[in-house]
Amino acid sequence: MPRLLRLAVAGTAAGAFSGLFGVGGGVVMVPLLILWLGYGEREATGTSLAAMVVIVGVAAALQAAYGNVDVAKGVLIGIPAVGGVIAGTALQQRLPTRAIALGFAAFLVASGIALIL
Amino acid sequence: MTDVLAVLAIGFVAGMAAGLLGIGGGALFVPALVLFLGLSQLEAQATSLLAIVPVALVGAARQHRYGNLRVRDGLVMGVLATAGAAGGVVLANALPERALEISFAMLQFVVAAQLARRALAERTEEKEQTA
Repeated sequence: MPRLLRLAVAGTAAGAFSGLFGVGGGVVMVPLLILWLGYGEREATGTSLAAMVVIVGVAAALQAAYGNVDVAKGVLIGIPAVGGVIAGTALQQRLPTRAIALGFAAFLVASGIALIL
Repeated sequence: MTDVLAVLAIGFVAGMAAGLLGIGGGALFVPALVLFLGLSQLEAQATSLLAIVPVALVGAARQHRYGNLRVRDGLVMGVLATAGAAGGVVLANALPERALEISFAMLQFVVAAQLARRALAERTEEKEQTA
């Protein structure tokens, strides 16, 4: 598959996930960049964040047009997250991400269960 | 007040996960907005998208400085993703709330499985390198 088509498929799938679930789409882009385009883990997460700026910008604007966005609550959770991403990218340059990934996986299972209940 | 503190803490952790793993902003924003700030699933997803904008922007800028960003690929992928993103938003607004809740929870499990697999694959690689 040509490189541009791979980027298009990864992008389209990430965009659909992002719009449907309110996430960034990193869950789609990071593994596809690694498996299909030969990216390293750090490059994949970095490049995925760049694509995400465009994706969530479009998706958030459209959701705002539907009247579903609560700006104050978005700011409340988004501002500490900006601090978090600065710390996270700095740590990523030094740390093996294995233990963190496993702990985070357990946390997601718990929050998924809480949402269903 | 405790709810606000919880949201601030979860916001920080979510940003950290996004920086470390490239995943996790929205996966934590959405449940936090539902469980602590009382938004509906759809409102939480919409609000999460807004909150991810500055996180992705700052994260990408930092990664660019560290030399981990292929700007052209990122922009091409982002621009080609916009149709999918718009379709996803339209679908989210068309689906019943309960269907969104359950499919979002399924997504959480898929993300968790993927992270676990990536972590275990890394360990195998490390073992191979040391062997």
